[in-house]
Amino acid sequence: MALVSFKNTILHNLVSKPKTRRAEKEYPVGTRGHVENDMDLCVLCGLCSIKCPTHAITVDKAAKTWSIMPMSCIQCRCCVDNCPKKSLSMGLRFQEPGEEKITKTFKLSEKAIAAQEALMKAAKERAAAAAAAKAAQAAQGGAAPAPAKAPAQAAPAKPAETDK
Amino acid sequence: MSTRSVIPFGPQHPVLPEPIHLDLVMEDEKVIEAIPSIGFIHRGLEKLVEKKDFNEMVYVAERICGICSLGHGLGYSEAVEHIMDIDVPMRAKYLRTFWSELSRVHSHLLWLGLLADAFGFESLYMDCWRLREDALDMFEQSTGGRVIFSVMKIGGIRRDVPDEMLKDFYQRICRMEEELKVLSKPFLNDMAVQTRLRGVGILTAEQADALGCAGPFLRASGIARDIRSTGYCAYGDVDFEPIISNDGDSYARTECRIKEIFQAFDIMKQLLNKMPGGDIDVPVKGFPNGEYMMRIEQPRGEALYYVKANGTKFIDRMRVRTPTFANLSGLVETLKGCDLADVPILVLTIDPCISCTER
Ligand code: SF4
Ligand code: SF4
Repeated sequence: MALVSFKNTILHNLVSKPKTRRAEKEYPVGTRGHVENDMDLCVLCGLCSIKCPTHAITVDKAAKTWSIMPMSCIQCRCCVDNCPKKSLSMGLRFQEPGEEKITKTFKLSEKAIAAQEALMKAAKERAAAAAAAKAAQAAQGGAAPAPAKAPAQAAPAKPAETDK
Repeated sequence: MSTRSVIPFGPQHPVLPEPIHLDLVMEDEKVIEAIPSIGFIHRGLEKLVEKKDFNEMVYVAERICGICSLGHGLGYSEAVEHIMDIDVPMRAKYLRTFWSELSRVHSHLLWLGLLADAFGFESLYMDCWRLREDALDMFEQSTGGRVIFSVMKIGGIRRDVPDEMLKDFYQRICRMEEELKVLSKPFLNDMAVQTRLRGVGILTAEQADALGCAGPFLRASGIARDIRSTGYCAYGDVDFEPIISNDGDSYARTECRIKEIFQAFDIMKQLLNKMPGGDIDVPVKGFPNGEYMMRIEQPRGEALYYVKANGTKFIDRMRVRTPTFANLSGLVETLKGCDLADVPILVLTIDPCISCTER
């Protein structure tokens, strides 16, 4: 009985395809391989580095870089889930091995820098406009000395207008 | 009167999968006494708990062990959820249970492979591991990881599994069951295997109970103690009986584990048939405050998680007692009086996971 089943195993193994798979297999969707960052979308808010349990991510706002230490990353997907801009994603391929604990640094792309600068500029302009409006208000208040209550009532109304 | 000699066995030894050291006191070929020592890969989880917040701790808990990774994450999350009075949605509970059973399948298949390797059945060993690969594939598809799943979180699970995938899993489980029926024959019927396993390392029910053994090692001695019967997670909704065997020898342990794989298939099918819809997690607010002792049934036996929280985001204390730790005393008992050649198989029959033990 045992011999018969063993013969079956041998025959089956002789005629069947190899059971081993290539290392370059197709990864199923959702495999947590490595972390990728789309530097066009990232705004360097730093949430990912706060949420990372192994502190693998560093965000340098001054140098406009985002870096990751792939050897420290444990592929937990926390950063990806917490990125407000959805710029992070999980690549399917596993992190390649290496001898050193490398740090991969990515610079914010030109496009993203331009977009951010435009945003900053707009914000500055708005701030400047608000400041100007306030100054004008103050000047008005100074020119016509009224009861102390009047400027205080007007002041909150004006910036709200400039915000629009 | 023969002289006694001591043979140091491990922590690095060709037949040992994990670093445990045994001093075997020998008289001729017989082992008179075995003195275990552990502590070669201690990792200090209890200190780490002061540095990681209670959400991040799930990832640490998962990394206690590579094989029962899901169970450790589950035990810790359930303990914190009990402290915080969180009601986990039904679908999350079912999926958690499903994955627990799938890890039982993959753990037991791995063990069967190692056992086949220990008595020199290379082809059988490879076949067991090939079958285990199917379980790992299912894990990879549904959780995104093969070994470390990172799918637990406090308040539920992090990833839903689409219904089509679950249907596919059902088919695959049926296929695996058929294949396992063929594979289990040599383990249970082969004469050479029986001579190596039958009557070797007998542990009586009284001994097993007194030494506090756990899991299949305990149930093979005839004590029906299975923490799944307490109905944690979704185990309350499925039908099953703890599997026991009365002989208490190595063969009984093999038989128990093989039957448990079939049982796990059955539980998974029941779960898939009843799988409820709905949410997979609930939002968690605030920090835990209180303490809880959670017991779950890992593939290797009962694991215990003690969590004490103090109302901040860091947990005061977390302690894990793993099944291998409980089974070591049983192992020392079975080793007394056995042949030196049987030591590797006896060490294997408790399904040792020393990395778990030294968390
Ligand atoms: S969380 Fe997202 S947007 Fe913010 S720094 Fe990280 S990658 Fe960039
Ligand atoms: S996947 Fe996890 S460990 Fe890796 S960088 Fe993201 S948060 Fe950090």
